[in-house]
Amino acid sequence: MNANALNLFLFVGLPYVALIVCVVGVLYRYRQRGFTVTSLSSQMLERKSLFWGSVPFHIGIVVVFFGHLLTFLFPRATLAWNSAPVRLIILEVTAFTFGLTVLVGLGALMYRRFTNSRIRAVTTRMDIVLEILLLTQIVFGLWIALGYRWGSSWFAADLSPYLWSLLTLSPETGAVFALPWVIKIHIVGAFLVVLIIPFTRLAHFLVAPLHYIPRPYQQVVWNWDRRAIRDPETEWSRARPRNN
Amino acid sequence: MDVRSQISMVFHLDKCIGCHTCSIACKNIWTDRKGAEYMWWNNVETKPGTGYPGKWENQEIYKGGWVKKGDGIELKGAGKAKGLSNIFHNPHLPSIDDYYEPFTYKYLDLVESPAGDDQPTARPISMITGEPMDIKMGPNWDDDLSGSPDYARNDPNLEKLTPAEREAMFQLERMAFFYLPRICNHCLNPGCVASCPSGAIYKRGEDGIVLIDQSVCRGWRMCVTACPYKKTYYNWSTGKSEKCILCYPRIEAGHAPACMHSCVGRIRYLGVLLYDADQIQSAASADDADVMHRQMGMILDPRDPAVIAAAKANGVADSTIDAAQRSPVYQFVKEWKLALPLHPEFRTLPMLFYVPPLLPVMASVKEVDNSAQAEKMNATAKYWPDSWLYDTTTKAMFGTIDDARFPLQYMANLFSAGDTKEVADRLKKLMAVRLHRRQVTVGDVKPETVAEALADTGLTPQTADDIYYLTSLARFDDRFVIPAAHREQAIEMMEFTGDVKGNTGFGFKSGTAQRGA
Ligand code: SF4
Ligand code: SF4
Repeated sequence: MNANALNLFLFVGLPYVALIVCVVGVLYRYRQRGFTVTSLSSQMLERKSLFWGSVPFHIGIVVVFFGHLLTFLFPRATLAWNSAPVRLIILEVTAFTFGLTVLVGLGALMYRRFTNSRIRAVTTRMDIVLEILLLTQIVFGLWIALGYRWGSSWFAADLSPYLWSLLTLSPETGAVFALPWVIKIHIVGAFLVVLIIPFTRLAHFLVAPLHYIPRPYQQVVWNWDRRAIRDPETEWSRARPRNN
Repeated sequence: MDVRSQISMVFHLDKCIGCHTCSIACKNIWTDRKGAEYMWWNNVETKPGTGYPGKWENQEIYKGGWVKKGDGIELKGAGKAKGLSNIFHNPHLPSIDDYYEPFTYKYLDLVESPAGDDQPTARPISMITGEPMDIKMGPNWDDDLSGSPDYARNDPNLEKLTPAEREAMFQLERMAFFYLPRICNHCLNPGCVASCPSGAIYKRGEDGIVLIDQSVCRGWRMCVTACPYKKTYYNWSTGKSEKCILCYPRIEAGHAPACMHSCVGRIRYLGVLLYDADQIQSAASADDADVMHRQMGMILDPRDPAVIAAAKANGVADSTIDAAQRSPVYQFVKEWKLALPLHPEFRTLPMLFYVPPLLPVMASVKEVDNSAQAEKMNATAKYWPDSWLYDTTTKAMFGTIDDARFPLQYMANLFSAGDTKEVADRLKKLMAVRLHRRQVTVGDVKPETVAEALADTGLTPQTADDIYYLTSLARFDDRFVIPAAHREQAIEMMEFTGDVKGNTGFGFKSGTAQRGA
């Protein structure tokens, strides 16, 4: 296979496959296999070392994830922010710090997973695949941040247009093809992460419970409309529950 | 007035023999699955004792229930701000060791070991890891261990007792204990529902049963913290929380829940209560001493025409109203005021009530010389010259800690947020009924004694007989007055729970029309 074909596969074929599999898979899993959508917390089996893994990992990855997302969505704003060197440094140092946090947290989580027999008992093959993939991603991400400065600027300038071009179904790949292999691996890794979302515990981030905030605390569910049910003027069968 | 109906329960503690049949019935039906082995939706613990999970009543450890904040209340260890900020690691979550690590034995080794000099043994192995383990704790290993240093002396309810009272409780010759069977209380102000970030937990409008929708639960495990009774459990295998479902498939069909049906001591009663849902918020926010009274005040008289009309307007079926009028729970809780909720100060407004046990509180049966005391006793007490009898006059019965085997305060800490008068009132009634029946059946008690005891507690002979009947003679249909779900309303009973037994334990409930709140 020549290099161009490989590039085309990795940076045009793979992202589309990943996105389609992810969307279809997540919808299917959420609607048909809702029971499997869970954070699969193992805190009940072991709680001390979880703290030093889970908390830094999650906080770090939330920041890093939104950092990437915002740069992708608002490249011009990012470039404008970066135009002052001080702000650029602040952004990069923050990003790098949270990247390190993820690394530390993930390391602690993986150590816990491999050394604690209770946690091993609840580990699936996909958990390990996912953790290795994430570890690779974070290692390469940190490497890029150190070795290919300044990521936030060239992400906004080169990669953001590329990703947008994918979304608008007119892929422009010139800039990506020319990138160093370290960055390419990071990008391909990201597509792989998207690809496996429906097949791993990762799906739980999609059900982050933000709807809790506006909700009243207590929830009461009537299977039937209680006011209408005894009223001879209404036909209660209008409100037939769907699961019957 | 927003009248709703609630299936609620009374457990008569004097009758519990601690046989655990209830727990086993429940386990066999609902929790004999991977990840659920450690769960006892129904458990029976020895009091005084630490219970299951250990020291569950100590909310300084587990942060369950609600606490007063200003005019209102907030969850002690969960809720919107606390819950979401602790979502990656919940510092108040009990670990499996607070319950116990489930275990089994390698029985196959007994038959498959190669021939040798020693008898083969069946080693204990963990049901989580499958590895050999040292068993440190098992279900109900506190059984009957009143007075033991590990269990009884760590009982959180002892905190408010004086050292002297505590010592008195654990003197060998006056040691006493009783059993406390516990299931989910199907509260009116449930902490579990309020704490669930996914909104998977809900209270059914029709009968007040609190359920966790298994396909909506995401394993954020805040409910485990927020339930002060520790009656939601996290399934470590499926990553979902589970709790007592009050055998809703049985209730819908008009059958008693498995634990209640199988109860050997026949201590359990189940029936409908009508209550005013408009008062939930204010009752739960009342002062510590008032919560219990406010909760009792929410329970409405099912014979009051205004209540009936309001119930009908709210869609409560005639059969449910009829069941509420015949409800044994209403009799115990409201009419006779014999039953109390467990730890009302947790403010979840639990709808499982307990008739406090009389025996551990009564004076000692030891043979003593009564003559010096005779001075102090009132006229009626002197009718018992025998020095070995209980001192059963209602006035002297709870005189001082020296008379009682259990300080009344201990019972009050369990059932009335520390208010000894409430517990004493109920115990006196139980005693009066005994005196009355003793007079009827044996006749060695002076009628004046009985009359005084009954008058003391505001009972008539007729009521005393009714209490006696429902306590001792009541048949199945008297103890369980359950309106079957109307066929046209029975949604959940359409799902055959047997189909999903062994994987999730109970059916998926999805797509129900959500109305009201
Ligand atoms: S006892 Fe606990 S689990 Fe049951 S309804 Fe009350 S708060 Fe929820
Ligand atoms: S079956 Fe009844 S008597 Fe036996 S332990 Fe349970 S509640 Fe008590």
